[in-house]
Amino acid sequence: MPSPRAALLAVGAQRPAPRRPRSGPYTGVPRVRVAVEEGPGDEGEFVTARLRLLEGFVAQSELADCAHLALQWLGEVLGIPQSICLVRPSDETSLFVIGTYGLAGSAVSRFSVSLEDWGNPLVTSFANRKEFFFPAPHSAADRKRRPGTPFEDSAFHVLPLGVSGFSEDAFGLLLVGGSAPFRPELHWFTNVFSQKLDQILRQQALADGDRKQGRERSLLYNIINAVTDPILLTDAEGRLLIANARALTLFTASEEESEGRRGAVRMNNMLLSSALSSKAIEETGATRRELLLVNPVDGSDLVFELLSTVTEDARQGSGVVSILRNVTDLRRASEEIEENYRKMRIAEVQARAESDRLNLIIDSVADPIVVTDAGGATSLMNEPAERLFTIPAQASEIEQRWVQANDAHFSSFIAGMLVSADQRRVGEIGLSDPKTGEAMPVEAIAGKVLSEHGELTAVVTILHDRREAIEKALLYEQLKQASDELERKIQAATADIAQQNELLRRQAIELEQASALKSQFLANMSHEFRTPLNAMLGYTSMLLQGVAGPVELPVKRQLGRIESNGRHLLTIINEILDISRIEAGRMPLQLSTFKIPDLVHEVKSELEPIIMRSKLMVTLQLPRDLVPISSDRQKVKQIILNLLSNALKFTHHGSVTIAARRNVRERTVTLSVTDTGIGIAAADQDRIFEDFRQLDNSPTRAYGGTGLGLSICRRLAQMLGGRISVQSQVGKGSTFIVTLPTKGRK
Amino acid sequence: MTKPDRPRVLLVDDYPDAREMYTEYLEFSGFDVVEAGNGMEALQRAVDTSPDIILMDLSLPVMDGWEATRRLKADQRTALIPVVALTGHALAGISEGAKKAGCDAFVTKPCLPEDLVREIRKILDGPPSSPLRKARRSGKHAKTS
Repeated sequence: MPSPRAALLAVGAQRPAPRRPRSGPYTGVPRVRVAVEEGPGDEGEFVTARLRLLEGFVAQSELADCAHLALQWLGEVLGIPQSICLVRPSDETSLFVIGTYGLAGSAVSRFSVSLEDWGNPLVTSFANRKEFFFPAPHSAADRKRRPGTPFEDSAFHVLPLGVSGFSEDAFGLLLVGGSAPFRPELHWFTNVFSQKLDQILRQQALADGDRKQGRERSLLYNIINAVTDPILLTDAEGRLLIANARALTLFTASEEESEGRRGAVRMNNMLLSSALSSKAIEETGATRRELLLVNPVDGSDLVFELLSTVTEDARQGSGVVSILRNVTDLRRASEEIEENYRKMRIAEVQARAESDRLNLIIDSVADPIVVTDAGGATSLMNEPAERLFTIPAQASEIEQRWVQANDAHFSSFIAGMLVSADQRRVGEIGLSDPKTGEAMPVEAIAGKVLSEHGELTAVVTILHDRREAIEKALLYEQLKQASDELERKIQAATADIAQQNELLRRQAIELEQASALKSQFLANMSHEFRTPLNAMLGYTSMLLQGVAGPVELPVKRQLGRIESNGRHLLTIINEILDISRIEAGRMPLQLSTFKIPDLVHEVKSELEPIIMRSKLMVTLQLPRDLVPISSDRQKVKQIILNLLSNALKFTHHGSVTIAARRNVRERTVTLSVTDTGIGIAAADQDRIFEDFRQLDNSPTRAYGGTGLGLSICRRLAQMLGGRISVQSQVGKGSTFIVTLPTKGRK
Repeated sequence: MTKPDRPRVLLVDDYPDAREMYTEYLEFSGFDVVEAGNGMEALQRAVDTSPDIILMDLSLPVMDGWEATRRLKADQRTALIPVVALTGHALAGISEGAKKAGCDAFVTKPCLPEDLVREIRKILDGPPSSPLRKARRSGKHAKTS
């Protein structure tokens, strides 16, 4: 037995051996013609001829060549002119020509004998191994009995070819032409030829068997190679006999392979033989065990399950067939499965904890929560929901009815939710408190729970009792009404106030208008007063001047009275006009820059006639550093004029002093008029600036004047941004002080 | 009888007593007086009599003194005649309005006849440099010669 590998390779590479064509030229036949020519009668020559035939046979291994040689020998040595040899190939049911002699090729080419044609005398001969002689036919009946052969009407012998004693069946027929009787040499020939053909046929059968076996082995090996698990056949000593491709990579390595790879292979062989030896000796039959090997390619660990079976072979002794199943992945998969299972267990525990917690949460929520499956059936509800939707033990009939009504209401809400496409739905359901039957409107907030494929798995609904909210809304409404009422009242009050304000505003306007009218009236009146007074004063003046002729002295005195009273009246009218002008705002400021001393001199000179008459000493104290002031010159003059007039009027003895002083820090100028007159009592000092106020109010008072002078002065001083005050002692005199800003207001 | 050297005064006033009083005194004081009772009349008299000065009451019927003054000042023939506003109104703004209308002076009633004459003389005998006076004088000469 060659090494397994070599043997299998030989099988895989087997090709059909080259064969000579049957019809090809024959060159291997020994030359026997000379002997034939020497005549058959000679015993010694015949022996020589027989030897030559046998020698010729030795070299023959092909049926056709052998038949050719034999039939040629038959013709040349035994003088048989025509002959045909037929053989039954294995697995065939006909006899086919393998060689002819002395016959035309065309006559032989289609000749064959079907063994199923039992009426054919040739078949009888073949089946019974019986020789026949067919003489040349004498009649048509004779001819009919004869089998169809290339001999046609010629006589011929039929001799079965077969090996006596070895096999009972013939394997062919020899047809020999000629009417000559059987000769013993022919029997010898048949015998020898049969043996030779039998040998060739056996060899062919053997070769066919070998080929078939080789094909089968190749197929088997291909199958083995196709198996991804390593398969090995080892002999009793543990030597490797057969290995498939997968096994070869594990257990063989050529010299060219790397040292690491060869080391791995050595290690694998060691591991395998130790596994097999311990097993093979001790046990028989299939066993399973685990075998750890090294992957020579990358050095990784490989786990195999070793399946060994002891085989008994008569010729080759016992061996061990081992199948290694790679369970590395399996092991890994198993470990993974184990790990996954462990994780699953953990996840399950967590999920359960989560579920417990969820239940706890759901139960702790005061609002009822109901989870409904996709079919609308309730799958979970918390305790508050149970109170609404489940019938308690020992429930009264009415309680049951309330619960059923609640359930119906809720179901219809859920049904609506299930058919709608909405992801969420908020609605109101009119439930009832099962304990009391009290109406319990709830707000239902439902949300769909979808699986990751978008399929509806559940609907979660939270119900919120709206009674409190409604109660609150009611309270709120009442509060709002109260608030609205209050607001209305406030608005009414505000409107009232606004109305009153409007009224006041109108009154103010009316007052203002009245005041303006009064001022206008006074202005008009003063004009109307002046016109006649103008004529009166004019004519009086003319009379006094004697325009119309000389006037007697007493008349002149009386005319003087008319004139002075007329003038007094004019002063009164003028002052009334001033007050009304100031009050009507029709006395605008006309600012200019002027010097106080100039103004004081001007006033003094205007009043010079009165000063002369009064015989009083009028002194001016005007410092040089007085700066010009910016104010209304006319109004300042009017104040000074008034104060000086008063001083002269109420002073009988002594002097009048006009002084001016600058107050740098206050940016003011102070003008004072001091007299040594009758003076004013402290209690009266505030009243002297009031309208129409003269201290002596009696009809027989000693001093003239309207009583409006100081009042006008006060108003004018205020208009100019200043003030006026008095310091006085009864019997000693008075000092009037006017303070004005150096820069008047606009 | 009017003398050619007596200055002529056009006195415009709707109040007859006052008009008569001033006329009597002005004539007594040596003026030639022409009277008018309203603004319209005043315009006519001013053109007819070429007065040296016009005394203009402001509150007048038909045409008030402001309007009459404006027209006098707008008329080339009367533009150079000085106009003295004469009014019983003493409210602020009156004199402003009068100045705006073209009045040259402003006298408040009641005004004694002698005061008025003083005022008139002041204007007529104003400083020689006054353009008003020069123009009046030259006009007067042209007329007399």
